[in-house]
Amino acid sequence: MAIVAQKRAVAAEREGRRAGLAPAARSLSWALPWSLLLALGLLATDAVAQEGDGDSITELSGWAALEVRAFPSAPQNAGQENQRVQPSVAVRPEIRHEWNGGDDRLTLIPFARWDATDGKRSHVDLREANWQHLADNWDLTVGLGKVFWGVTESRHLVDIINQTDEVEDPDGEDKLGQPMINLNLHRDIGSFAFYVLPGFRERIYPGRAGRLRYVFPVDTDATRFESGAKDRHVDLAARWAHSIGDWDIGLSHFHGTSREPRLTPGLDSGGRLILIPTYDIIDQTGLTVQMTTGPWLWKFEGMSRWGHQTDHHFLAAVPGVEYTLYDLFESGKDLGLLLEYQYDGRNNAAPRTAANDDIFVGTRLAFNNTDSTEILLGASVDRHHGAFGIGLEAETRLTDVWTIELEARMTSNVPQTDVLFATRKDDFVQLRLFRYF
Amino acid sequence: MTRAVTLALPLTAVAAALLAVATAAWAETPEEAGLRIAKEADAYDAGFGDSVADGTMILRNKAGKESVREFEARTLEMADDGDKSINLFKEPRDVKGTAVLTFTHRSGDDDQWLYLPALKRTKRISSSNKSGSYMGSEFSYEDLGSPEVEKYTYKYLKDEPCPGGDGLTCFVMERYPTDKGSGYTRQIVWQEKETYRAYKVDYYDRKDAFLKTLTFEDYKKYLDKHWRPGKMLMVNHQTGKSTVMTWANYQFQSGLREADFNANRLKSLR
Repeated sequence: MAIVAQKRAVAAEREGRRAGLAPAARSLSWALPWSLLLALGLLATDAVAQEGDGDSITELSGWAALEVRAFPSAPQNAGQENQRVQPSVAVRPEIRHEWNGGDDRLTLIPFARWDATDGKRSHVDLREANWQHLADNWDLTVGLGKVFWGVTESRHLVDIINQTDEVEDPDGEDKLGQPMINLNLHRDIGSFAFYVLPGFRERIYPGRAGRLRYVFPVDTDATRFESGAKDRHVDLAARWAHSIGDWDIGLSHFHGTSREPRLTPGLDSGGRLILIPTYDIIDQTGLTVQMTTGPWLWKFEGMSRWGHQTDHHFLAAVPGVEYTLYDLFESGKDLGLLLEYQYDGRNNAAPRTAANDDIFVGTRLAFNNTDSTEILLGASVDRHHGAFGIGLEAETRLTDVWTIELEARMTSNVPQTDVLFATRKDDFVQLRLFRYF
Repeated sequence: MTRAVTLALPLTAVAAALLAVATAAWAETPEEAGLRIAKEADAYDAGFGDSVADGTMILRNKAGKESVREFEARTLEMADDGDKSINLFKEPRDVKGTAVLTFTHRSGDDDQWLYLPALKRTKRISSSNKSGSYMGSEFSYEDLGSPEVEKYTYKYLKDEPCPGGDGLTCFVMERYPTDKGSGYTRQIVWQEKETYRAYKVDYYDRKDAFLKTLTFEDYKKYLDKHWRPGKMLMVNHQTGKSTVMTWANYQFQSGLREADFNANRLKSLR
């Protein structure tokens, strides 16, 4: 059975390649039925609305953005384009339709980026394409959706439902839309969320020409899966979340395809060195806790994962604290101070991580002004070998519809053994100009 | 005889008690009067159940440059504690869908959650920034929070015509925030004597310097007794900035329930 499925998948992959679809688009191809269904739904309900259903609303909003990334240093890895200034454009419309007094909703959020340098960074995705029904004590979401679980800032350890959009930003906060049937039950003893996840989104990586990649590019044509069902494996997840006084607690479990692949060196059909992604079936139990008291936020994320290369088991945790100095020097500005420790007990059987024994310190300055100006500066240091990375994010509103965002990242002192070694020459400054509509 | 005595004793007790009450009323200190008025005002507005309204703020800086904020405010009256509320932002567009959920408490810090739609993240936030600006406006969080009696101590000053209040008479009171995180040393409040509507508030900063004035206009009565302003103007005397907040589409007893004020449901507000 597994072999048949594998052959079928290989054939499908070949077809996709022939059609000239980028991997992201191919991994989306099976998502098309979802969006078609949604489009039909939108049309159907619109027809109903025109028949005089007074409480239905259709809304279009979203943003378009211009981006420029500047790399001060020449690239170090073979095949990377030595283009120091890399422009790019992106658009993210949001179409929402509500009826039944807002109890039924259709949401469609497509996303597209065109990048002048890296063809793999040019990609399209459906961030959301779902129908949601809200009832008094429960709600249901069917379609492509996004879910976030977590409390810490420097690493999102427990968050696992959505695949990371690695080409969007190396910070890992951008996610691909995940097909799901999600039922949430809201009870006095907390909210219970259940997820059936039919289908897996492969992580997308920068191409050979792109920056911020591994020494060899990840070849998503060579992807391997532990499961015979490959990217059609049906993953399952559940979470309980509750607020009790000062405490916010979340306990979750996930069974299915690891969102992080293991990367092993290999050769592509042209004989060039590549990295082959392998996705294992894993089980992950996660815990998030936050205790909020006065200006202090005490945070903890922990997870226990097993299943990489069948039987590897490890624990990882991020304890941390956030303290805010309000009205700093009577300026009306707030200064947040962050301290987090990243522990990860995985060995080489699991996908590699840079955040295995690192300390993160950060500051967040909120101006509390009309333009909502905010600056976030953070640094991570590896306790073992002293490698460190610094990140800066600053954003402000220019007018009621234009905003601008500055981002800068740099690493230093990275030894050859660290994952970040491959990107040590990829320090960059990025400017994004957003137009909201 | 014995009967008369047994009767007389309680009678004297009652008389003494009455006398004590009368003296107490006569000798009510300005502080006691202030607290009594605050309690009466609180009791007067009790029983509204829940409310939903659309808020619009026009922020104006010293040079006259304007910026608009829009949000929907939902409030649920709680019997034994402060109100629960949700503010859902609509404008400016970069914060559209952002929501703040607050459980007000009569004493101590409130519980507060922020929902960020871009990340789909609900974040429990510290509520000790009482003096922080609300959406960049001249209103701070504490100016907009539910007015619980326990949040201040009071001192009644005098009666005088309500400022801009069509011949109505107001209580004038000074009140002093009990929370250490407050941005004020004191506030002077003009409150109409029959319906306890606020007409004006003067705010004094932590150094007791005159900071802001809030005036209320266009009052309307809902459900026969609940007065709500259509317009609130906050002027900052120290910076020259001002904010006009207008309220529209007030709905009362719209059927909101405690379950609707749930941090885990901020991602699907309806």
